[in-house]
Formats: sequence, structure tokens, C-alpha cells
Amino acid sequence: MVSAMRSIRTSAEATPPQAARTVLSVRELSVQFKLPHGWATAVDRVSFDLRQGEVVGIVGESGSGKSQILLSLMALLASNGRCSGSAEFEGRQLLNRPAKELDAIRGSAMSMIFQDPMTSLNPYMRVSDQLTEVLTAHQGKSGAEAERIAIEMLERVRIPEARRRVRFYPHEFSGGMRQRVMIAMALLCRPEVLLADEPTTALDVTVQAQILELIAELARDLKTAVAIVTHDLGVIARLCDRVIVLYGGRIMEQGTIDEIFYDPKHPYTKGLLASTPRLDEKAHGELKTIPGQPRAASGDLPGCPFEPRCPIRIERCKAEMPPLLAGASGRAVACHMSEAADG
Amino acid sequence: MSDLALPPSRGVPGEPPEEMPAGLSPFRASLRRFSNNHLALISIVILVLIALGCFFGPMFYPADTDLGDIDNISAPIDLLSAHPFGTDDQGRDLLYRVLVGGQVSLSLGFFGAFVSVLVSIAYGSTAGYLGGRVDDVMMRAVDILLALPFIFLAILIKIVLQDSGLNILGIAFDGPIASVFVAVVVTLWLTPAVIARGQAVGLRNREFIEAARAGGMSQFQIITQHIMPNSINVVIVYSSLLVLEAILTESFLSFLGLGVQPPDASWGSLIDEGAGRIDTDPRLLILPGVFLAAVLFCLNYITDGLRDAFDPNER
Amino acid sequence: MVEALLSVEDLKVHFPIKGGVLGGALGHVRAIDGITFDLKPGETLGIVGESGCGKSTLGRAVLRLINATEGRVVWSGKDLFGLGTRALRDERRQMQIIFQDPLASLDPRMSVETIIGKPLRIFHPELSRAEVRKRVFETMSQVGLASSMANRYPHEFSGGQCQRIGIARAIILKPKLIVCDEPVSALDVSIQAQIINLLMELQRSLGVSLLFISHNLAVVRHISHRVMVLYLGKIMEIAERDDFYARPLHPYSQALISAVPIADPRLERGRARVLLQGDIPSPINPPSGCRFRTRCPRATEICAAEEPAIRDYGKGHSAACHHIDAG
Repeated sequence: MVSAMRSIRTSAEATPPQAARTVLSVRELSVQFKLPHGWATAVDRVSFDLRQGEVVGIVGESGSGKSQILLSLMALLASNGRCSGSAEFEGRQLLNRPAKELDAIRGSAMSMIFQDPMTSLNPYMRVSDQLTEVLTAHQGKSGAEAERIAIEMLERVRIPEARRRVRFYPHEFSGGMRQRVMIAMALLCRPEVLLADEPTTALDVTVQAQILELIAELARDLKTAVAIVTHDLGVIARLCDRVIVLYGGRIMEQGTIDEIFYDPKHPYTKGLLASTPRLDEKAHGELKTIPGQPRAASGDLPGCPFEPRCPIRIERCKAEMPPLLAGASGRAVACHMSEAADG
Repeated sequence: MSDLALPPSRGVPGEPPEEMPAGLSPFRASLRRFSNNHLALISIVILVLIALGCFFGPMFYPADTDLGDIDNISAPIDLLSAHPFGTDDQGRDLLYRVLVGGQVSLSLGFFGAFVSVLVSIAYGSTAGYLGGRVDDVMMRAVDILLALPFIFLAILIKIVLQDSGLNILGIAFDGPIASVFVAVVVTLWLTPAVIARGQAVGLRNREFIEAARAGGMSQFQIITQHIMPNSINVVIVYSSLLVLEAILTESFLSFLGLGVQPPDASWGSLIDEGAGRIDTDPRLLILPGVFLAAVLFCLNYITDGLRDAFDPNER
Repeated sequence: MVEALLSVEDLKVHFPIKGGVLGGALGHVRAIDGITFDLKPGETLGIVGESGCGKSTLGRAVLRLINATEGRVVWSGKDLFGLGTRALRDERRQMQIIFQDPLASLDPRMSVETIIGKPLRIFHPELSRAEVRKRVFETMSQVGLASSMANRYPHEFSGGQCQRIGIARAIILKPKLIVCDEPVSALDVSIQAQIINLLMELQRSLGVSLLFISHNLAVVRHISHRVMVLYLGKIMEIAERDDFYARPLHPYSQALISAVPIADPRLERGRARVLLQGDIPSPINPPSGCRFRTRCPRATEICAAEEPAIRDYGKGHSAACHHIDAG
């Protein structure tokens, strides 16, 4: 009935070897939205790589643009949005390509799961139809074969009585179950890349633990690279190998999970870690806070987006955007006040 | 926006600050949106001009114009003469009659709509907020009134009021005008009441209403201070439609002979007369008809503009 | 022994599900099904649970914002459910609430000054406008809002600022109790910390008691003196804060604590995890006996047959389970 699980990463060496193949390469990705008073920048020249089998966490608060990054990779931006830059998947460009080209990739080689399990499944179609649709469309499987694979996947995501329940409609599943169905649908074609936009935010704590466990296990078994967007540092700590810290549409810092949590270099990362109440903390004085509120769509001002709230800001921070200085090991910081970390 | 989370750096807490920027209330934001709608603004201007003409125009005429100019029966249209639009077969100046008729139509229309809006929003908000049995009873009453045939009601009201007339706030209305007014109001308030009730039902579960209840406000206070102001949007949009309906209803009643009687005129009664003389003198029909149509057009554009500006569902 | 400010006795709130031909009740959602606890002055009781546990309903029932089906609430020595309309209104001065969605809890058509000053105007109509304004400005600075913003409207503020406005409205009459219904769940992490600090500061300066309802165990740990765990309308465990987190007795509490991810990768790697199977049952038809038994790792036959009573395990630590090893 209950599984007492060991940790998700059983080896002390938490990061996959650098030699792992890069499956997704994002360079200078920018996303802008047309508003009544002009264009507003939501994502400002973001670059990162995703390697086979690794789990990358993109952490940020509201206005950081984290969801827009994923949406632009899947060409799901709102109609008043536009993106620029480059995103290469298996040697093919993803951004600003005609829909037909992308349809072959989306849902099969690259798929996405969303935050709200209530609204991401079609309420008028049976789950079996929604699952088999993916298989027949992308892999040309026959109806019977597709249904067999679908049931197998539902069992894999631990939906009890999968054979019977596959005929149900989405509203007949609970929230946690629906999220599993969505994961099943996303992983049916064994994608190279799985994008997850706050997949557990709307779920109860105990259900969240189950889902995170599931994502980690399946990613490991199917060797899928995962990019997960969340505001929850605990989820990042549990699941990810590498972390990208986003603020005001810019990358503030990125590195391995141990580097970010135990040796943060950017004042925003430090502030975020300090202001998160921890389940295991013993001291209960005032929480350290970051004054002010998170920056909404930015990029229109010349300086660092975090500058107004930064405890160590200098004049230069307002005038000049700090470049993201990368060291050889993939560690990078965008801050005038700290040298680029390299080891 | 500056960091508002930090306490003010100067001044004593409790003292008013040196400068206090005025906020943008949702109402003002809607007004601003409305003022960008040129068609609606032009319509308002035209409507105001017509109203001014109707109420102040007759002052330019000599005092006995009512009786008719016997020397000038059925005079043709001659814009430069004493009778710019001519006279009818009793020598009564046509423009004068149309303007005076406009007074009745417009005032009945606006005043009737105004009273209807007040009654409907109070009634509907109360029913919607209180809910339960009270709501059921109040809304069934509305349903019953809606089901009654309109003409039947109008005739009934006319019979009741035709001799006594009405006395509202010291202003006396004689029989026919009073009965038209009451008939208009009685039919007009029903649909906006249903709408106001719908708004109240939607609002009553909102968290700021819960906060108001937790704050010790009585039901009456919540209805008047929270529910009704938050229904303003929808009601404003509907009220200009009401003016349109009121004018039309009045015209219709007068056209049927259930409204104002000669020598009093309203556009409806003038159209009625004109319809009977359409073979001999079409001007009698066309003139009031054109005025009525112009007002209705303007009200239409104003309604559209109000809806675009005020209705939250449109955005 | 300090007299309890609030004493809840066997509280039950059942919502009828209407339906059927004659509109009778098809069943009941047993949102709260027999809850008993105390709250002392100046104390923060954290109420945790997942969907369907009834924590939000509890907060509202204690304030009589929704009607309880059964049970008693003794507030400042008075029987709360027995009070007439006028007396209840008077008591409302002392018991306030702040909500999860900061913007939705403010009337969009009222200026901030009007919103915050409203309780004052309701209960002290004798105060002049200037006096009310003065109190409003004082309260605004207490919660960290600049007075120059008093004429603005809610939609012009961020989430954290709206929550401060809600808090200002709640404290202007200096209440004895504030029910906080997930007050920081909708806020960004860096803002959450600001609001938590503010609430703790206000508790210190005003001596107010807080019923802090949240699903976030880390936040609850930080702010509460005592913790109460609810599951499907019943209390599973209640204890002093440090005792609860160090030694959770009930299997559900253990699963909850184990499920919360901690922002510490090494810790996470080494943690043993208790993963529950299945989803939360519906509160319309809760399992017989112990409600948690369908997901519990320790469930046996007695759990289905007999509902466990809440037993005291010393130092104010109580739990309702047939299989507790309190060793």
C-alpha cells in the first residue's frame, strides 16, 4: 500500500556526466507582448541547454517570464506575443516555424504538461480517445494497438484499474489522477524532452509528492530530458540536477543544484533562499525578506531588473545590465558585484 | 511603482501626507473609455441639441400659438417664414407642435427610465442578495407582471388614473399623462430588476462581501454600500436602453389613443394623427417621425458606447 | 491557567446536496464532523490539511459566517451561536478574517481609505471624518503602507499590498482574533515572507490570537504556537509546534511532513519518504471508522470498524489513531 522510497537520485554524483548529449539548445530567446502602450518584454535573451536525461529547474516568481519560455518553445504563445532568438531541437529550429513543421515534433518528440489538470484535458472526449489520438497521429498506430499502449502507460503512471478507467471522461478522475493522465499522454511517444509548467502547484501536498516521484522515475526510465518551471524551491531541490534562476525575464544565475543551494552567488538567489520558510528550521525569528515586489514585464530599462530591490546595488547596476558571465563548468551569474563563478 | 511596502520616511504616522495622488476609480476609468468613443459623444451632442430645441424652442413663439393661425391654414414649408415647417389644417404651426410634443416624449422617456432604474436596482439587489424564499417570492411577482399582456395593463391603469391624475412631490400630472407615465414605469422596471438580481447573486459570494459581513455590516448596509454600487456598470448600460424603450412605449400608447390627448401632443400622438392624414398631408407624419427616429438612433449609439465602456464582460 | 479565548466543542458543519424531485437533500457534504479545540489569547493555532479537510469551513463557522449544523462555540465566555443579531454584530468587532485572494477581498469601487476605515465607521459612527482618517493612516503605517496611497483603488496595487490593505482593515478595531484563511498562498515567495513577518509583528504588538489556516507546513511551522491537523472534517492530531514537527504521532501527519519538499538538496537525497497511495476520498461519503484508513500504511480491521477517539499523549499532544507508537 505504501512505498517508503529512497531518494530520487541515489548516487552521490547528482549531475549527469558532461558528456551527455545536448537535446535542446536555446540561445538568446526573447519573448515580447504587444500591449496597448507598446511592446513589453517578458523574456530577455535567455540561453540554456538541456542534456539528455537531466532535469533542469527554472525557478522564478510572477513576472519572471518562466512560463513564457516553455510556451514559446512549444509555439503556444498568445496571439499578441512574439519571440526571437533560436531554439534548436535535434538540429531543427523550433522558433517561428510554420505549424506543420512543428506538429511532427510537438506531442511526440517534445511534449508539455501544464499546471491545471482541470482544464488541460478535453472534457468532451474520453481519456482513451485523447490518448490514442496522440499515438495514431504521430506514430500511425492502429486503434487497437494504440489502446493497448495507452492502457500500459496508464498502468505505468499508477492509475488503478486502468483497463476499466481508460474509457472514463476527465471529470470522472480526481485532480491527482488527471495530472497522471496528462503525464501519461505526454510520455506516450517517449519524447526526448518533457516541458513541465508548474505541474504540481495546484495539487495537494501528498499528491504532489506522488506526482514528483512519478515524473522523476519516468524521466529516468525513458531517458527524457525534463525542464520544469516552478516557484517552489523545495520541488527544485527534490527533483532537479541543474537550476536556472530567473528574474524580470533575465537569467540571474544558473548552476548545478548543489552550487545554487549551497553556494549562491547572486543576491536574488540568496534572498530567495533566505526568505523561504523551511520545514526543518528551528529558529523562528523574522524571516529575511526581499523588500518591494517582483518586477512585471521588464527589459525596457537599461539596468539590472533586480536593482530596485537589491541590497548590494551600486550606481552601475541601474545604468548597465550585468552580462551573464559563464564559467567553463556551466555555472553563470549576472551581477556586477560578483565575479563569474568557475568551480 | 515605488516600494510601497516600506513605511513612510517622513511625517508622523497618523498625519496626512504631503501629497496624495488621486486614484483611478473603476468608474472614472470607464468614463475615460467612454469619452474615447466619438460616435457616442456626437450622439450625446445631437440629443442635447434636440432636447434644448424642444424645451426652449417654443419660447420663441408668440403666446397664443396653440390656438392656431387661422389665416394660414395648411401653409407649405417655408423655412424663412413665421412657420418654417408650415401649418396643419387648423393653422397650428407644425414645428411648434413637434417641439412641444418632444417635451412630453423626452421628459416621459427620461423621467420614466430614471424612476424605473431606481426601483429595479433596489428591488433586484435586495432580492438577489437576500436569496432564499424572499428572492423566490420577489422574483415570482416580477414573473407574473411580465406575463401580463402590456396593453391590458395600460388600459387598466388608464381607467384607474384618468380622472384623478397623479401628484408626485407636489407636481400634478393630469389623467392621460399620469397614466402613460405609470404604464411606462410599471412595465419598464421588470427586466432591469431581473438583471440587477442576477448581479447581486453573483456578487453575494464574493470575498469582499464576506469581509463586509465579518466586519459587522447589516444586510441593508451591505446592499446599499456594496451590492448596488457594484451593479452600477450593468445598470448604466441598461438605463440608456430603458430611455429608448420608454420613449417608444409612450409613443406606442399615444399612437393607440391610450396616451396623451389633443391639444397636448407627444410624438406618438402626432404620428397617430399624421398616419390618419397620410394621403392629404404627409408632413404631419414625417416631421415627428424624423425627430423620433433621430433620438432613437442617438440613444442606440450611446447605448453601444456605454456598453463598450462599462460592461466588464465585454473586455 | 489562562482562560481560553475561543472554545470549540464538537462542531459539525454539514452542507446538504439538493436534488431529487421535491428538492430534498440527496446527501450531505460533511465538511466538519465533530471538532473540539481551544484557542488562548495571543496564541497562533496553525490548522493544516489538504482538500476536503474542512479547514476553510472551520474558519468561517467559528466566525458564524456560515451556520453550523451542531456543536458549540464559546467566545470570550459567551455562547456564540446563541447570540442575537445585534449582540453578534457587536462581537464582530473582536473577530476578523483575512482571505486567500487579496484582491478579491476588497471592494473594487472603494478607495483604500474607505475600505480600511469602514469598520471604524460602522461601529463608531460618532467619529468625525478627520478622526477616522487619522486612525486609517496610523493603521496603514502599522502594516507598512504609505499613507499617500490612501486615495488609490485596489486594482492599482500588487497582491502583497492588497493583502496589507486587508490586514489593515482587520486590525483597525484591534480585534482579539483574526482568522487567516491561507493568507500567503497566493503570494510570491519573497512577498510571503514580508506578510508572515508582518503578522507575527502584529501579534506581538496587539496580542491578537490567530487561527492560521494553511496547507503549507513550512509556513505554519514558522508562525504557529500549536498545530492542528485535519483530514476529512476530523482532527487527526493536535500538538505544540516543536513537539509536532519533531515527533508527529499520527501516520497522516508523518506522511504530510514527509511529503513536503525542503529547499535543501542533500537533505532531500537522504530523506526516507512515506508515499501515500490513492487520492483523498470525498467528504460526502467518508470511509467508515477512521477516515484515513483507505490510505494509511498501518490500517487494520479495527480501523474500519471503530473510529479512533482523540487520546492525549502528554504535553498537550493528542492524536486519533488506533496504532500510535508513542514510545
